[in-house]
Amino acid sequence: MNHENWKNFNSGIWQTEINVRDFIQTNYRQYEGDAQFLSSATDRTRDLMEKVQALFKEESRRGGVLDVDTSVASSLKSYKPGYIDKDNEIIVGLQTDAPLKRGVNPFGGMRMVKQACEAYGYELSAEVEEEFMYRTTHNDGVFRVYTDEMRKARSSHVITGLPDAYGRGRIIGDYRRIALYGIDKLIEEKKKDKANLANDNFNTDSVRLGEELFQQITFLGYLKEMAAMYGFDISQPAANAREAIQWTYFGYLASIKEQNGAAMSLGRVSTFFDIYIERDIAAGILDEEGAQELMDDFVIKLRVARHLRTPEYNELFGGDPMWITEAVGGMGEDGRTLVTKNSFRLLNTLYTLGSSPEPNITILWSKSLPENFKKFCAKVSADTDSIQYENDDLMRPIYGDDYAIACCVSAMKVGKQMQFFGARCNLAKLLLIALNGGYDTTSGIHIGPQMPVMDGDKLDFDSVMERYNTYIEWLSKLYVNTMNVIHYMHDKYAYEKTQMALHDTQVGRFMAFGIAGLSVVADSLSAVKYATVRPVKNEEGYITDFETTGDFPKYGNDDDRVDLIAKDMTHKVITELRKTPTYRNAEHTLSVLTITSNVMYGKNTGATPDGRECGTPFAPGANPMHNREENGALASLNSVAKISYDDCRDGISNTFSITPDALGKTEEDRVNNLVGILDGYFSKMAHHINVNVMNREQLIKAYENPEDYPNLTIRVSGYAVNFCKLSREQQREVISRTFHECI
Amino acid sequence: MSENQITGRVHSLQSLGTVDGPGIRFVVFMQGCNLRCKCCHNPDTWAVDEGVEYTASQLVQKAERYREYFGPDGGITVSGGEPLLQAEFVYELFSLCKDKGINTCLDTSGSVLSDKVEKLLSVTDRVLLDIKYTDDLLYRENAGCDMDVVLKFLSRLNSLKIPTTLRQVIIPGLNDNDGNIDAINKIVSANPCVDKVELLPFKKICQVKYDSMGIEFPFSHIPEPDPEVINNLKEKLCF
Repeated sequence: MNHENWKNFNSGIWQTEINVRDFIQTNYRQYEGDAQFLSSATDRTRDLMEKVQALFKEESRRGGVLDVDTSVASSLKSYKPGYIDKDNEIIVGLQTDAPLKRGVNPFGGMRMVKQACEAYGYELSAEVEEEFMYRTTHNDGVFRVYTDEMRKARSSHVITGLPDAYGRGRIIGDYRRIALYGIDKLIEEKKKDKANLANDNFNTDSVRLGEELFQQITFLGYLKEMAAMYGFDISQPAANAREAIQWTYFGYLASIKEQNGAAMSLGRVSTFFDIYIERDIAAGILDEEGAQELMDDFVIKLRVARHLRTPEYNELFGGDPMWITEAVGGMGEDGRTLVTKNSFRLLNTLYTLGSSPEPNITILWSKSLPENFKKFCAKVSADTDSIQYENDDLMRPIYGDDYAIACCVSAMKVGKQMQFFGARCNLAKLLLIALNGGYDTTSGIHIGPQMPVMDGDKLDFDSVMERYNTYIEWLSKLYVNTMNVIHYMHDKYAYEKTQMALHDTQVGRFMAFGIAGLSVVADSLSAVKYATVRPVKNEEGYITDFETTGDFPKYGNDDDRVDLIAKDMTHKVITELRKTPTYRNAEHTLSVLTITSNVMYGKNTGATPDGRECGTPFAPGANPMHNREENGALASLNSVAKISYDDCRDGISNTFSITPDALGKTEEDRVNNLVGILDGYFSKMAHHINVNVMNREQLIKAYENPEDYPNLTIRVSGYAVNFCKLSREQQREVISRTFHECI
Repeated sequence: MSENQITGRVHSLQSLGTVDGPGIRFVVFMQGCNLRCKCCHNPDTWAVDEGVEYTASQLVQKAERYREYFGPDGGITVSGGEPLLQAEFVYELFSLCKDKGINTCLDTSGSVLSDKVEKLLSVTDRVLLDIKYTDDLLYRENAGCDMDVVLKFLSRLNSLKIPTTLRQVIIPGLNDNDGNIDAINKIVSANPCVDKVELLPFKKICQVKYDSMGIEFPFSHIPEPDPEVINNLKEKLCF
């Protein structure tokens, strides 16, 4: 097959099958030079961005939400076309008919939509309420089936953040397919797949798939109509760079109109776009300034994407994030780097448009990346605190060279794999429940195997472990079964029609479980093993506190005695989870990631044997507990690097904050040293790191005078936030974290 | 640990050292010091009988855990306190590092010269020489040491051709003047082993350490220098 819009592209199997990777491999041009070629923002870009900044300011003034359209349920064709400044936009398309106006999306659940409207002073329209009176939402479905024990696990917060009241997210459509093939071709292929179902007997799986394909085809049609409302015919392949970016963006836009998943990630588009940009530059119809403008305009669109959330949701996922994660860089399987000039342009948007949490720029780091690119990344990190790094040398052997990151740290092959998102369980709380024989002192709920409270004047390590393992086994089974209910219902009542239409029909599935409180548990068990821990009971006879005497090794100091406790804990949990089969035979995976919910998890957890007081925050993700590191930054990184990616295939998040002085004396030293730290950390087979180069004093100033720091961006756990959008409590927690300083 | 293995007294370890020698370095702060510099920011390293005892091989094992971060320039730095007081131990430590291909850097006041120190220098890749002042009177009053000893130490480094970074803390009213910089320039031209000079601003964050130890910070009355002054002095260096 050939198409006139593919002129001057190298041919390959991408022309005979849907295969974006092959198109990239046969057509991209790697770039090993430095950042000198980049252009700065044009006047047009600056004007447009000023309008956007004014909107951001107004949004913030109105308590975080600028406007809500309550008249209709959000979907691909629900709203008239919207613009920021129609005549000056190069890439177009908004979620509703106006920038920052949020739609309502009740498909995941009605309760959350109503609460969110009320919280911001709106009322859901009677039309939407009535429409959904006769519909079953995902949330309705889940609660029809939840068992008493599942409800208890939820209300005691031993499992938290379950996607049972809104979209599950964490699915990445291969939006590039629209640009490369056009919608008509994608519909044609899906129709073939659907027809092929007739070759076999129909069973539950194939009937379900048949209906899903019907929905996918329908929504590809809607997507074409949505683009037509903006004046574009996307039935055929994109003819130039502007169209390639526009077509791809329409795919993403349709997805965030249809779904309000927690994380709605973008994928890996920069190098794909570079091929079109290079072709246009060669043809003399685009120059560097124009190329940067295209990327700037695209990124502006991503920065104004919003979902309507409740205040309770923000307590879990602070800062109003969308996780529009774009994976940049990495190496190809043939040894060529996938870094192109457009990888630089995407990073350059942090200068042309200013620093920002979105899109969530994720560098796929390899020891073999071009030195110039490594240094540019390090410079951008030091200047903006807006990017994160993940280990391409660790992931590429597993996912190939066309994978992307959903949310913060979840790798998947673009268009070939998806995941069922499963929030996380609180391992520290579980330890306390185990010690109290199946009683949660913070919620007052009896849950899990019932047995006497752990006896004895001091805790004995072997007895504690034996009991803890019993509860881990119990919770793992409950956790998998709860997820099975959620994802069955999500597929049934809130299936991601647009995004799954941009996947292969036969797709690989992960079921992503998570744990919170790893460092608290590791240090607590270390205290029990190496120090003396005496439980303190309340008048009812439950353990509510601990007296810990003597020193004990603490996670974060590169000390195997405790680091291996953390590593073994993740191994134990994933091993137990794997024993319970999953919905659609998804592969069990595990993450050590907490977003900003480490504050909330801590709030719901009693005092722990490591000396952490009742209600105080956990460390985020896989981080050591704050200020327990005694041997400096690299010792801390080494501890985290010991947790095995084989056990935690959904990611191991580490957030690293260092003062500029501690990183080096000159800018050149700081850049080189940061490159050295990243090379070293990832050589240890570590998975992920967020880098903040800043002083605590700066955050304290922003805490005290938020109006002076409207754009202060900080990496938290797998994503970046605008510091001022965090709750006061979350801000205080971020300030209290370890900052590696110069001594 | 076998009986005949010597141990060193260590004040603390820093896994990420970026300001004590080139590249990323594992820094060992030795316990014990022979000087009593009035600007000292680590009074807790003075006492010779404190600290934690390590064998050289224990420390090398630790250093090796950071090898991946060192890159082409980094390695180990031994600082203090005054590492020359435990020259025999540091010699053993550096010898083991050399065996493992780890670059060695010694951060010292250069106030001790002995056979043991000579031996240590034979396994030292770079010296960070903290030259407190360029005036003998200031040296004796504010560091408790003759300047001659330090200059002798430096000329020894020069004859051994050991790459040297000269470091000086700039203290307002004492050495923040052009005369001092002229003197440094002369010292540098007489000692071609010096390939780098670092002027560091006097800092007072150590006040809390003095307070917690219940001793007086002798320079508590001196202000921190204006960064502009440091920059001006840097420009006058012949580099």
